[in-house]
Amino acid sequence: MTNLLEVSGVSKSFGPVKVLKEISFDVRPGEVHALLGENGAGKSTLIKIVAGVIHADEGEVRLEGKPVRFSSPREAAAHGIATVYQELLLFPDLTVAENIYLGHAPKTKWGTLDWNAMRAGARALLDSLDSPDLDVDTAVGKLSVANRQRVEIAKALSQNAKLVIMDEPTAALADADARKLMEVVKRLRDRGVGIIYVSHRLPEIFALADRVTVLRDGTYVGTKPIGEVTEGDLVSMMVGRAIDHLFPKTDTAPGATVLEVKNLCYRNVVRDISFTLRAGEIVGIAGLVGSGRTETALTIFGITPATSGEILIDGKPVTISSPDDARRLKIAYVPEDRGLQGLIRPQTVRENVSLAILDRIAKAFVVDRSREGSLAKDSIQRFGIRTRGPEQRVKQLSGGNQQKVVLAKWVATEPRVLIMDEPTRGIDVGAKAEIHALMSRLAGQGLAVLMISSELPEVLGMSDRVLVMRGGRIVGQFERKDATPDAVGAAMTAAKVGASLESAPAGLTGVAAS
Amino acid sequence: MTAETMTRPVPIRRWKSVFEAYGQEIVILGVIVVLCIGVWLYNPRFLSGNNFLSIFHSNAYIAIAAIGMSLVIISGNIDVSVGSLIGVLGTIAGTMAVNGYPIILCWLVPILIGMVINAGVGVLVAYVRIPSIVVTLGMLSILKGGLISVTGGAWISGMPPEFMIAQFRLFGIPSSVYFMVVLTVLAALWMKYSVFGRTVYAIGGNPEAARVSGIRIQPSIVGVFTIHGLFAGIAAVLFATQLQVIQSTVPPNLELTVITASVVGGVSILGGTGTVIGSTLAAILFAAIGSSLVFLNVSAYWLRAVQGLMILATVLADMARRRRI
Repeated sequence: MTNLLEVSGVSKSFGPVKVLKEISFDVRPGEVHALLGENGAGKSTLIKIVAGVIHADEGEVRLEGKPVRFSSPREAAAHGIATVYQELLLFPDLTVAENIYLGHAPKTKWGTLDWNAMRAGARALLDSLDSPDLDVDTAVGKLSVANRQRVEIAKALSQNAKLVIMDEPTAALADADARKLMEVVKRLRDRGVGIIYVSHRLPEIFALADRVTVLRDGTYVGTKPIGEVTEGDLVSMMVGRAIDHLFPKTDTAPGATVLEVKNLCYRNVVRDISFTLRAGEIVGIAGLVGSGRTETALTIFGITPATSGEILIDGKPVTISSPDDARRLKIAYVPEDRGLQGLIRPQTVRENVSLAILDRIAKAFVVDRSREGSLAKDSIQRFGIRTRGPEQRVKQLSGGNQQKVVLAKWVATEPRVLIMDEPTRGIDVGAKAEIHALMSRLAGQGLAVLMISSELPEVLGMSDRVLVMRGGRIVGQFERKDATPDAVGAAMTAAKVGASLESAPAGLTGVAAS
Repeated sequence: MTAETMTRPVPIRRWKSVFEAYGQEIVILGVIVVLCIGVWLYNPRFLSGNNFLSIFHSNAYIAIAAIGMSLVIISGNIDVSVGSLIGVLGTIAGTMAVNGYPIILCWLVPILIGMVINAGVGVLVAYVRIPSIVVTLGMLSILKGGLISVTGGAWISGMPPEFMIAQFRLFGIPSSVYFMVVLTVLAALWMKYSVFGRTVYAIGGNPEAARVSGIRIQPSIVGVFTIHGLFAGIAAVLFATQLQVIQSTVPPNLELTVITASVVGGVSILGGTGTVIGSTLAAILFAAIGSSLVFLNVSAYWLRAVQGLMILATVLADMARRRRI
């Protein structure tokens, strides 16, 4: 059988960061090929290259044996490649039929839209997807997420897609809907369509995929027929890496409890979170994107103030209803997205570093420039920020150095609790190690650190304790010695859907509950 | 990288960083000088003391209004109603003066009213979260419509001479010029060195990061609009006192001229960068262009077209610079 899609030696860099290194894999017709990897492993970049959204720097993509290089997603679609993205790209005010045929609607001989053909076609497509309950005249905005997902798939089929790329299609779905969607995927496969299926939910992959390819840190780890691997194999392929020498966490005896959180809730994304954090301790929160990790940090820091529950500092209950409150209580937050929440990009290193303590280094409303200047110089030295000097604008720095600026800004506030959300996302290996060393040193000086990371090795390597979150709750807690990649990885990925799948291996949920 | 290589003074870099920080201001200053020399070569009377002073005198109020406007734009907002506000406040000042109120009140009351009105705008923008363009578009119509309805656009004249503050002279130079220079310098220092100024730049540069850094955005935005009202009030008093008569309507296109001065002066329309020195220089440049058109015997209507071209050129240059860095 000839391959439907062949990707060979594809590499891609964003600025100085190489996100894909010589990736090769292939998809056969009538196959579900799962693409697996941690957040940041390069899956999204790879599927964007296949879908024509971005271009590879090197390497080749062949469709049915012919080399292709799409200049736009539209061109890829014309060649039979359709993508169902995680964030659905439908138009909520248009009907189901209109969405399905958007951009390639059937025309009458007068050149006007052929509404009858369009509605009939949409009906037939949805029926073939086992969705006779979906009305083609409903506005898409009124549909549930699961049904929108089906409209997306019908849209892909309406363009006679030979290859459908699905990026975490079940991430936002409840059990029953996820199962139905998987039935739809199987129907697609049986029609001879090749499917690239990106998901974090291992049970789903075992139920659905024919082969699985694992990526790690932008490199190709391997492709295996699903029958030849176990869950454990896949988890080790995803995270397996010499953990110890990369993460220099020094052992420190934790001090008194600084921060205590009791039954913290924010709407329905943070549910009943309770934990303690002691001086000198690094507590890692592991979990997939959407598991409520970041939302927990935002709630503690007052960006999305808690809807119920208690936060205690030194045993005393406090109210945190804004980042300003949190800052006054000596809590610091190094955000997940430096560009969005961390840096004032047009401003200089000096101006960014002093931002959170402007009122403290001012005399009678005027910023003390000499104190500010020495703060900037000290920070550059202490954090090893590679810059021309304090007056360089932060947007000219590399990602790792930008991250150091954000860290320096918050350390300048002399915090007692430091929350770091994805502290090393998108920065190169060298800078990563430096950030880790800094974290370790800060903890050694008595700072209580709460670290959120999608990279399992980072969580395991840096943390004294690991909390695992899923569905807005803490579902597992591990001491450093018990926190093995397999145990934590299993607790993270054992999706709720797993229990309801016949083919899912038993025992996963049991580990998570420990 | 050692500490030595980082701290050793590198003169070329210095100049580069000065140009990086004040590029737009330097360019505008250069254009003003070249323009003045060029027109002077064509017609030497252009740089005669009287003409030169009148360029500054008759446009100082625009430069002063542009200071407040720059603050608003730096904070990531916009105000399209400033021209109407100046028209209303000028009319209030003139009417009070004609009716014999104490001179000091004739100056201060319009300024206070301007601050109160714009504080209200700030509250709607910051706390009610209506985009500033919408609030000020509404304000524009309210003020403009209200003014015409009340006054019918009548001319106000017969103000007492001691009211005409813009015409007071010291060493032969009209006070409006002093106001322009002093207010620009004060505002520039305030924006560069005060906690408030730095907060405004941070909010305009990235409101989300500013908030996460513990900055209280809402009171700052109200503060920005209130200060903008202060400058608009001062501008209105100078506008009302520079000629012997005030027409109680809104000076045509004034808001656009003020916004253009800010943007051409290097204030990014996206917020977060720019200086009030730039906006004042740009206001002077417009005045110089307007005057040179007269001396070159070109229709003064071309001034608006030239301003339009400059705003496009500036925004293009700004975008090019952003892409490069």
